[in-house]
Parts: sequence; structure tokens; C-alpha cells
Amino acid sequence: MHLDHTHDTTPAALGADARRPDGARRALRIGLGGPVGSGKTATVAALCRALREELSLAVVTNDIYTCEDAEFLLREAVLPPERITAVETGACPHTAIRDDISANLEAVEDLEDEVGPLDLILVESGGDNLTATFSKGLVDAQIFVIDVAGGDDIPRKGGPGVTTADLLVVNKTDLAPYVGSDLDRMAADAKAQRAELPVVFQSLRTGSGVQDVAAWVRAQLAAWTA
Amino acid sequence: MSRAALLMLADGRFPAGGHAHSGGAEAAVKAGRITGAADLEEFCRGRLHTAGLVAASLAAAAVLRVPVRELDAAADARTPSPALRVAARKLGRQLMRAARAAWPSQELDAVAREFPKGAHQPVVLGVVARAAGLGASDAAHCAVYESVSGAAGAVVRLLSLDPFDASGVLARLAPEVDRVADLAVEAGRGAVVEGVGALPAASAPLLEIGAEVHAGWGVRLFAS
Amino acid sequence: MTVSGVRASARIVARADGRGGTALPVLEGEGPLALRRTRGSGGEARVMLVGAMSGPLGGDEFAVRAAVESGARLRVGSAAATIALPGQSKGAARYDVRLDVADGAELHWMPEQLISAQGSDLYVTTRVVLGTGARLVLREEQVLGRADEQPGRLTSRLTVCIEGRTLLDQELSCGPGAPSGWDGPAVLGGCRAVGQLVVVRPEFGAGAVAGAVGEGVAIMPLGGPAVLVSAVAADGLRLRRALDEALACLG
Repeated sequence: MHLDHTHDTTPAALGADARRPDGARRALRIGLGGPVGSGKTATVAALCRALREELSLAVVTNDIYTCEDAEFLLREAVLPPERITAVETGACPHTAIRDDISANLEAVEDLEDEVGPLDLILVESGGDNLTATFSKGLVDAQIFVIDVAGGDDIPRKGGPGVTTADLLVVNKTDLAPYVGSDLDRMAADAKAQRAELPVVFQSLRTGSGVQDVAAWVRAQLAAWTA
Repeated sequence: MSRAALLMLADGRFPAGGHAHSGGAEAAVKAGRITGAADLEEFCRGRLHTAGLVAASLAAAAVLRVPVRELDAAADARTPSPALRVAARKLGRQLMRAARAAWPSQELDAVAREFPKGAHQPVVLGVVARAAGLGASDAAHCAVYESVSGAAGAVVRLLSLDPFDASGVLARLAPEVDRVADLAVEAGRGAVVEGVGALPAASAPLLEIGAEVHAGWGVRLFAS
Repeated sequence: MTVSGVRASARIVARADGRGGTALPVLEGEGPLALRRTRGSGGEARVMLVGAMSGPLGGDEFAVRAAVESGARLRVGSAAATIALPGQSKGAARYDVRLDVADGAELHWMPEQLISAQGSDLYVTTRVVLGTGARLVLREEQVLGRADEQPGRLTSRLTVCIEGRTLLDQELSCGPGAPSGWDGPAVLGGCRAVGQLVVVRPEFGAGAVAGAVGEGVAIMPLGGPAVLVSAVAADGLRLRRALDEALACLG
């Protein structure tokens, strides 16, 4: 038997293949999308803090305009710099996560090659609109992050992000009283749009913070490695 | 040849990473060298006869089975800017991924294996064109067109330029695109006989310098 | 009546003299390519290209060859700028430079500017072949037109090979009749002076020198122990300043 034979003769993976060229299972990839300012980066940072002791993880950011999100994560020191990669998106963040995912695939594969083995890679989208979703060729599951201050009618409006994301996060619930958002109504609208798909209401400033989202991620990972 | 395969390969929606690159237009816009459609046209013209000709010649030579390793080294020698070499290899790797899904072939697999971090995009383009049943002229046209269409698309986003003006620019350049592609095919044939040293080496100092300036920015929209 | 251009050639061979210095066993020039040995320093021999006539003119063919043998050190400059002028005969002038720098040898090739005068048509090739551990500083400056003058047609190709591998291959074409776009925002953007420095030092290693950048000038590590400094400027004086500053950056 030549165990490394496969490694020598198999070229790089094409897309979402669950196995790496060496036959090992690759990391679970979870996408985080949502409108500008809804708290994607803050959620990623909180998830890294919550999970970094138990999992080997890395982050890919897709900014609209700069490397700011990557720099925020570096500044907050949630992960060592070699575990954070920024992808430029040519002014079209949704293109890079949906229509032409090649640069993001390269980023996640390079992270696994260079710092691996990894359990989890979070791919953060640049702030975009309600139609931006991740390609299934790039991520295994996606989280759509909206916030109460962006208007409590967003769940009712729906759109692919709200309707189809594997997890909908309604962020900044602590602000609801100040911006006049009706959380019960948001929950009912989300339920109507999403049927059985889960919704998490969170505030990263109060209560249990990112714990519900972290628990959902752990469940995804358990299913992935099962 | 399959004309539809050519259209696919030249389509900006083919998922090979081109959308995130401006062909030097972002640096030129920031420096004030492109302010509207007229500048864009001159910019594209300069690209056509320099980066475009070189890329198309590499692509044509690759279709004509000049060895990939030699072409890749020739592309390095014709790309002094390290930022542009990195961009060309990234794009080559991305194109390879999309092409292996679209036109599976042992030859593509072999090149992907030999260059796990990517060969220069025009060289990959030539190999891909052959895998898709296309000829040297197809690959050359594709490379020359890409050398201007990416920049035109980027300037539409960067300057909010009227997209109809940008299309007008590309249409006016079409006869020149054809001529450069023909020159590139000639050059590719020349390389089969005389080696890669015979390939054009037309350079554009501002594209190279601009690419290095651009790579140093902390804030940018495009990868190159 | 057909007028044929001038053919001229010059040849330099530099050889280590075994006492830490450099001898010049061959130093041959003629007419417009006269050579003169000047006072060197340390182990380095110095040679000046002394243009006895203006030129090259249309139809002329100039060839310069310098070979620096193993362990030798040579510095070549020129007494004045070279001016490409229109000639009586039809056709382009040619100026071919071939430089061989053997293992462990060193060459500073620092001629003055090449000025492309209105109506001239010149094709320049510079081919440098370097051995293992060779050191090189090569400067190439082109000024497009004399003061307030349109440039002539000028094409210049520069090829640098080290240990049998081509490290750099670049050609610049400008002036009337050059492929369109040469004066536009992708190529020269209205600049009237363009130049490059190639610096090869074994200690650079592959890509070890960081790329630094200024206004219209970039220091670009090549895929080997070499960097290319590429610069554009409004005029020859500013170009020289940019190249000098970049060279100083490299230490």
C-alpha cells in the first residue's frame, strides 16, 4: 500500500468536496451574511471567543471596500493573525460568496493547508442586501444576521437571506425599546417566513450573548463530523 | 471547435475570479489618470498592446503545446511587479478550478497538480481552451478581450461611469482586439519553433508601478 | 542613390589580474563607439563610452559587447547622452548591447540617457547574461524628444538571464508609429522620461528585497536574486533623481 499515493496524484479539490485531496475530512464551513451594520463581525468575534478553546478555527472576511473586518478581528485579537484571511470582492460582496466563489474557496483551502487541521471556518460576507446568500459550493450552512434597529419589518419582507438561511439571528435585542421594534412581531413574522428553520434573538451586550448561536454551531459540527 | 465553449470562457460570469480584479484601473482612477470614458479608452488601448498582447501570446502558445512550465517562467519574466505575479497566479488557480469542473480532462488535472498555487492565468487559459476544444485564435481572442473588459467593468463601478459608454469603448476597440489576437497567434506559432524567448514582451511601466502602489493600500475595492 | 548607415562596434573584456585588480585585455571601439579607460578605484576597472559622432542615425547599426570574466569588476559609463537622430537612409537604426557577467564577476553599466529626437527611429536591445553569484547594476534611461520636441520612434528590449534562466524580459515601444496607447494612462501617461535599473546581488535571494514605492517609481523584486526599479517622470532630470533615490534605498 502506498498511502501517500493519493496525495501525489490527486489535484486540488474543486468545490465543496467533503474530503481534502489527502482524504481527510475538511473543516466545516459556516457563512455569516446580512445587511451592513447588523453585527456580523461582532458575532464572528464573539463566536471565536466562545469556541476557540474547544475548536481549531479560522475566519475568512469578504469586505465591501477594505480589510476593515479582518483588521477589527485582528485588533480584538480573537484569533492569531494566520487564522484570519481577507478576500477582495471588487465592489460586489455578494458575487464573491454566491456567483463566483473561487477566491473564497482558495482562501478556505489555503487556511487549511497553512494552519490546519481545522474544525471550523467562518466565512463572513461583506455587508450587503437582503438577497445576498452563500453558495452551497462554498459553505455547508449559513447564518443570516439582522438587527432590531434595521427595522422590525425585515422578517416580514423576507428575501432569500431571511427565508432560507439555516439560522436567522436577530441581533441587538437590547436596543428594541429604544428604536421601537416589536420583538414578538419579528418572531411571528420570522416563523411565518421560515417555518421550522431556527431563529435566535441575541444581544451581545447583555444576557447570554452569543451562547445560543455557539450552541447551534456546535450542533452543526457534531452533524458534520458524525 | 465549439463556439459556445468560447462564449462561456469569455463570459464575465464564468466563475474564475475576474470580477475582483480591475486590470490596474483602480490605481489609475485613484491617481487621476482615468476620469471618464475617453481616458478609459486610451487606458484600454495601452493594455491591449502591452499586457493584452503578452497574455494572448502566452495563451496561444499554450494551446499550441509549448510546455506550460516554460510559458509560466516566460510570464514571470514579463511581469516584474510581484503584485501582478501574485494576481496572475491567483487568477490562474481560480480559472483552473472552474475549468476542471466545466471541461474535466487529465491534462488540466496534471497542470493543477504541477502548480497547486496556480500558474499564470493566460497560460492556464491556453490549456483550458484546448481542453474545451478551442484553438489558439480562440484563446488569444479571449485573453485580449479580458485584458480590456475587466478594466472597463471596474471603471463602471469605480467612477459610476455610464455602462453604455463603457460598452461603446469596448465596441470601438473591437477591430484592434482582433488585430492584437492575430499578432498573438503568430507569436504563439513563433514560440513553437523558436522557444518562449520569441514571445512578445511589451511592457507598460505605469501598469507595473501602479500595481505596486495599489498593493500597498490598506483600503481598496479590487484585488489588483 | 541609396545611402547605407554606419556600422560600428565596441568590445570590452574585463579580467581579474590576479592581484585584486581588473585588467582590460580587450578594449576596442571605433567611430561613434570610441572607448577610453579612466581611473578606476579598488579592484574595479572603469571605461567611458566616448561618442565621437552624434548618432545613431537612421540605418546605423551599433553593437557593444562587454564580457566581465570571473572575479573581475567593471564599471562602464558614457561621456554624454546618446541622441537618436533621423538619418539619410531609410529604415530604423539598431543599437545592440550584449553584456556577459561571469560567475562572481561584477558590472556597473551606467550610461547616460538615450534621447529619442523627432523623426528618429531606433531599435535597442540589451541582453545581459549572468553567471552564479554575479553582481550587476544596470541603468537604462530614455528621454522622449529634446526640449519642446516630439519624440522619435523608439523600441527598447531588455533581457536579463541568470544561470540560464530568463529573469526579466521587457520591451517598451513609444513614439509615432508605436502601437497606440503608448502615451496613455496605462503606459506612460504623458511622461517624457522612462527608465529602469536592474540590480542583481546574490544576497538578495529569491524575492528577499521588499518592494518599496514612490511617486512614479517602484522597486520590484524579481523571481531571483534581483530587483527591477521602474520609473517614469516628466523629464530626464526627475527620472535620474528617482532612480538615484531608489538605488540608495537598496543600500
